[in-house]
This record gives sequence, C-alpha cells and structure tokens, in this order.
Amino acid sequence: MELTISIVIGFMILGAIYSIHAKDLLSAVITCGIVGYGCVICFLLLKAPDLAIVQIVVETINLIIMVAVVLDSSREESYSKLDSQGYISAITVFIIMVVLLYFFTVSTRSLDVLGKSTLRMAGPYIEGAAAKTGSANLVTGVVFDFRGYDTMGEAVVLVTAVLGVLTILRLKGKK
Amino acid sequence: MEGMTIIVKKTTQLIAGMIFMYGIYVIAHGHLTPGGGFAGGVIIAGAFILITLAFGSDFFKLVKEEMGTTMVESIATIIVVLIGSAGFLLGTKIFFNNYLPKGIVGDLVSAGTLPLYNIFVGMEVAASIFIIFLSLIIFKEESLK
Amino acid sequence: MIAYILCFILFLVGLYGAVTQRNLVKIAISLSVMEFSTFLFFALLGYIDGGVAPIVNPAEPARIYVDPLPQALVLTAIVIGLATTALLMAVIIRLYRKYGTFDIREMKNLRG
Repeated sequence: MELTISIVIGFMILGAIYSIHAKDLLSAVITCGIVGYGCVICFLLLKAPDLAIVQIVVETINLIIMVAVVLDSSREESYSKLDSQGYISAITVFIIMVVLLYFFTVSTRSLDVLGKSTLRMAGPYIEGAAAKTGSANLVTGVVFDFRGYDTMGEAVVLVTAVLGVLTILRLKGKK
Repeated sequence: MEGMTIIVKKTTQLIAGMIFMYGIYVIAHGHLTPGGGFAGGVIIAGAFILITLAFGSDFFKLVKEEMGTTMVESIATIIVVLIGSAGFLLGTKIFFNNYLPKGIVGDLVSAGTLPLYNIFVGMEVAASIFIIFLSLIIFKEESLK
Repeated sequence: MIAYILCFILFLVGLYGAVTQRNLVKIAISLSVMEFSTFLFFALLGYIDGGVAPIVNPAEPARIYVDPLPQALVLTAIVIGLATTALLMAVIIRLYRKYGTFDIREMKNLRG
C-alpha cells in the first residue's frame, strides 16, 4: 500500500522537475498534468472517491485555461544562464530546503507508519455521524453540517476570485 | 470564435447532454454516494465548456451568456446564505441549523437541509467556473478587434 | 513514513521552481505543484489501515471508516485552487499584452 503510493509520488516528482526545466512552455504545461492526474490515482488508493471525482475534472479545466494562455503567446522561453542574482536565490533556496526537510522529519516522527496513527478528533466525527446528520455520505455531512461556516466562507472566496477575474480581464466598461 | 470540424460537432451533440445529466445525478445523490455540490458543479461547467469550444459563437451572444451566468451565480450564493441563516427563525437559534426532518438514512429524500445546500452550491460552482472561461474568451475576442 | 517525506519533497520541488524560475507561466505551474502536494498530504493524514471509503451502508454499518474531516477540508480547497489559478493566469495574460514577454526581468516598471 505504502510502496504503491510512494512509486506514484515518485513519478509525480519526476514530472514536476521536468515541467520546471522544459524549454517549450506548452510541454511544460502539459507535463504539469502528470502531477494533477497522479493526485487522482493517490486519492483513489487512499479511499477518497469524492476527492478523485473533483480533482479529475478540475485538472482538465485547469489545463484548458493554461493552454489557452500559452497558445496565445510565442511559447519560446528565452533561456539564458543564471546571473549573480539567480545564483544567490538558488543557494538560498537550497539551504531553506535542507532546513525545512530536517524539521519536517523531526515533527512527523510521531506519524510513524502510514495508516497506523489516527487523529484524535477522528472518532467523534465518525461515530453516530450518520444518525446525527441523516446523510449516508459522511464527507457531505462534515462539509455542510458540522463545518457549515467553513463551506460558506469558501463559497464567498470563490465569488471574490471570480469578481477579480472579471475586473482584470475587462477592457471596456459596461454601460 | 469559430467552431471545430463536423466530427467534433457530432460527437459533442451526442455526449454533452449525457455529461450534463451525470452532473445533475452527482448533485442529487450527493448525500448518498460519492460526490456532492462541488463535484457535480464542476462536471456541469465542463459540459458547457465542451459545447462552447466545439460549436463556437459570436461576440454578442457570448456577452449575453455571461450576464445571465453572473446573475445565476449571485442568486445561488444569496440563497445559500439565506438557508443557513433561516436557522435563527426556526427551532434553536443556531447558524446552519438542520431544522428539516432527517428521515431514514439511505433514502433519496432525507438528511434535512443537506440536499438543498448541495443543489445551490452546485449551481454556484458551475456558474463561477463557466464565467471564468467565458471572460477569458471575451478578452481574446475583444483584443483581436 | 517514506510517503510523507516524498510528499514533502514534491512541495520543495515546487518551492525551488517558484524561487529560481524567471518565467511567469513556470511560476504559476510551481505554485500549483505546491498546492497539489498540500492536498495529498491532507489525504495521507486521513488514511486509516483497513478502512473503507466514508459511505455508510445502513445494512451493515459496523466497519472501520477512513477519517472524513481532512477529505472535507480538501474538497472545498480544490475548487478554490482552480479559481485562484485562473485569477493568476488572468494577471499573467494582462502582463503579456502590456510587455510582450513572460520574463519578469524584462518588466522594468515592476522594479522597485
């Protein structure tokens, strides 16, 4: 189980690295799809079918929007050698990566093996949840009943993002 | 914008209705099977995006479509907030109170207000994502002129 | 344990791309890679060994279920992620129309 997920995540890392270093912008955008569709396989293996349904459609629409932007341009990346500022940022980010990785391994030592440790709040959300909310799908019960405030906030964030897109992309004002 | 070839158009005519129906099924059964408002809304938006890409349409029709979609999104968001705050008037004074009868777990009409939230959040998500796509196309058409 | 560390390495690859790349589209790609790795980490946290997907079957309810709370948090965040990525692409397409390039070194007016 853990080995299968590790192999899939390994492919996703390879895809991400190629996508960052690709010469053509169109191939970079399409290679980014490896990460999104790999996520779908991981969600299915981790017993989360709701997330898999959402992710596979969202990734497709994401690719459509990115390809529409890239096809409009010249697509060539004017690749050049790193200047002094680039070297400074590369060295800085390597140091930050090593430090972050160390503290991540220290702080997740209690998680130990995948699937053996459960969160403290997992019990109250599962026991009797179907009787309390009346829905057979526990995820819908959490989204709209136990955490209704959270979902309403997310809906308002979605509306705000759409307002931002409409404001930025408007060339002529409306009468 | 222009449409695509006749093969794509015929295939879209066959498939787009089925994708739309599947999105409605996912929304309506959101409290019984995997899915719900967010998943179904994104699927419905995908059906509309497929139709727009395959058939294309002229500029004024796109602008009219965008105005209608904006209104659907705003109305759906307001209705979600109203259903949530209706808990103050009915039963105990709690926001997002589930005041309707729960019914039997596993029935299609059950779970109180959860199917209503599913339907209106689905409308809102479908409208928002379709607006983003439409505004990108309208920007392209306007800058070409 | 190895799955958590690989997931965090995916996050670090996105961070490396966002800091060192000079192309706006590649910065957007790196940000979405970081986003996906965060979703994956939440889904890994909720997994319980031998559990089934959190759909209650009223006929035989007594089984182990996967934790539904991280899945509910991620479910809304995925759709918000699509909207924010679209906002970022809108800003990028306006900058491309103004300066004619995706390279952030060429955009002189953005320098302090």
